[in-house]
Amino acid sequence: MKATARAGWLAGVAVVASMGLAACGSAAPDASGPGDDGTELSIVAYSVAQAPNQAVQAAFAQTTEGKGVTWTESYGASGDQSRAVESGLAADYVHFSLGSDVTRLVDAGLVDPSWDQGATHGSVTSSVVVFVVRPGNPKNIHTWDDLVKDGVDVITPNPGSSGSARWNILAAWGSQIAAGASDDAAKDYTTSLFKNIVALPGSGREATSAFLAGTGDVLLSYENEAILARQEGADIDYVVPDVTLRIDNPGAVTKDADPKAKAFLDYVLTPAAQAIYAGFGYRPVVDGVTLPAVEGANDPANPFPTPAKLLTIDDFGGWGEAKSTFFDDDTGVITLIQVETGKSS
Amino acid sequence: MTAVSTRGVTPRTTLTRGAGLGLGAVVLWFSVLVLLPLAAVVAVAVNGGWQGFANTLGNPQTRAAIELTVLTSLGVAVLNVVMGTLIAWVLVRERFPGSRLLEVVIDVPFALPTIVAGLVLLALYGPSSPLEINVANTRTAVFLAFAFVTLPFVVRSVQPVLEQLDREAEQAAHSLGASAGTTFRRIVLPALIPAIAAGGALSFARGVSEYGSLVLLSGNLALRTEVTSVRMLTYVENGNLAAASVVATVLLAVALLVLVAIDVLQRWLVRRG
Repeated sequence: MKATARAGWLAGVAVVASMGLAACGSAAPDASGPGDDGTELSIVAYSVAQAPNQAVQAAFAQTTEGKGVTWTESYGASGDQSRAVESGLAADYVHFSLGSDVTRLVDAGLVDPSWDQGATHGSVTSSVVVFVVRPGNPKNIHTWDDLVKDGVDVITPNPGSSGSARWNILAAWGSQIAAGASDDAAKDYTTSLFKNIVALPGSGREATSAFLAGTGDVLLSYENEAILARQEGADIDYVVPDVTLRIDNPGAVTKDADPKAKAFLDYVLTPAAQAIYAGFGYRPVVDGVTLPAVEGANDPANPFPTPAKLLTIDDFGGWGEAKSTFFDDDTGVITLIQVETGKSS
Repeated sequence: MTAVSTRGVTPRTTLTRGAGLGLGAVVLWFSVLVLLPLAAVVAVAVNGGWQGFANTLGNPQTRAAIELTVLTSLGVAVLNVVMGTLIAWVLVRERFPGSRLLEVVIDVPFALPTIVAGLVLLALYGPSSPLEINVANTRTAVFLAFAFVTLPFVVRSVQPVLEQLDREAEQAAHSLGASAGTTFRRIVLPALIPAIAAGGALSFARGVSEYGSLVLLSGNLALRTEVTSVRMLTYVENGNLAAASVVATVLLAVALLVLVAIDVLQRWLVRRG
């Protein structure tokens, strides 16, 4: 039975390795030294925000309010993280990729319903939907209409399983409405777009991996993720279309949170913290931010060009309405388009 | 694997005190880990009543995903039964340079995180394939990913049986004039069938539940390459736990049917052997 013994050994290694990874994932950043009062806060957030949040936490530790605060971190897919908090994962501060992930916690009685009444309407970081293209933009992609041309392969995360991927599809739809198209015309456009979609990977990160591995000519992504990927050395270009959708990533404190969590949220909304987020490619959500040179942006000195038309989720009636109109399991417009385009090919 | 191995009917009263305790521990362990979670899934699913089942299974996207997942898993299980047995045979009976290495490499699909497997398969058989084979975002990719992650099951269940097999019976058959093919079919294969069936069943079950290696490779295209795990994630993302549980329950039922069918087939083959 030596074979079984070896399999067992390998399984053991795999288990230990995955425990090691898990431990890394949840380790608190060693940003603040041993604290005066030793307040420990837990942050639950979506994956892409990890590095920026750690930088902001380190800066927060330099302030009087933030002195001595240590952190427990949990990062993962936004929807999964929100559901984890709903089912009992301890969180003082949450940072998700879309509003409905906070609404879920409001419904569960964990976050105060007034969370989005502040000046930024609950948003702590922001970005826009962009087209990520191959170096030099060989297919000459500049507008939404370029995406539905023959021979253009599009890749975007799966709007079914990834909540944050829904921003991309709404941006596509909204680009047509903004140009004066009727709902029917927008539907035709989105149907053509889905015909050009060659893959719908599970999450934004996976879509980027698949794109970097050679799938597709255009990746629908967020500006901050495109900038981050370029900072990490990915050989890609990106285009900010004239019409695009503003992505609002909400942050909130839970009802039972330590008061320091609110202090952190307040700090996150200061121009100083927003400048740190900007360094990682996020658009500021408050005025008066002195932008650093953003490495990885098309123009580091002017990293966030203002699109001619910037849509917001309010143009779709807010997430509550957009979710049921577009993404309902059986009747959602986008769900039906996916089925229709699946049949025709 | 014991579930499919053949045992005589044991009278209930043979339990000694120690064995009774052992059985108690097993039942408790099994309940906590398997039976209770399964019962919870089924409970959530039946909560919506027949209407819930009808609605979920009436969804063309979900139906297509179930079909694709079950049929591909079956296909891969059949492939594994043939290839796995062959690999096990080569490993046990043949001596060749590199056999020790192959022996170790067989287990890699178990040890490799499936997302990494997906990335590797995409690099090799995707749009930038150095072999100029591009199957990414097609049903072939789903088959390929399933075949990769389930490869070791049949090999590892057949190998030990083959090692223990008494070769004198084969030699006797040979000396009585049976050809190599006949000897394999009449002497070796019947002894291996329970192990092959067990490996095939595991392979099928593993395929049905696969997700990680597909997220990059299959493209998750509705009605074409989307598997049930992705459908369930979609339902969960929309807060529709009942529908996700319905899909899970249907898969459980199908898996149970297939496992029972394999067991019946295996017993029949052994008896006929």
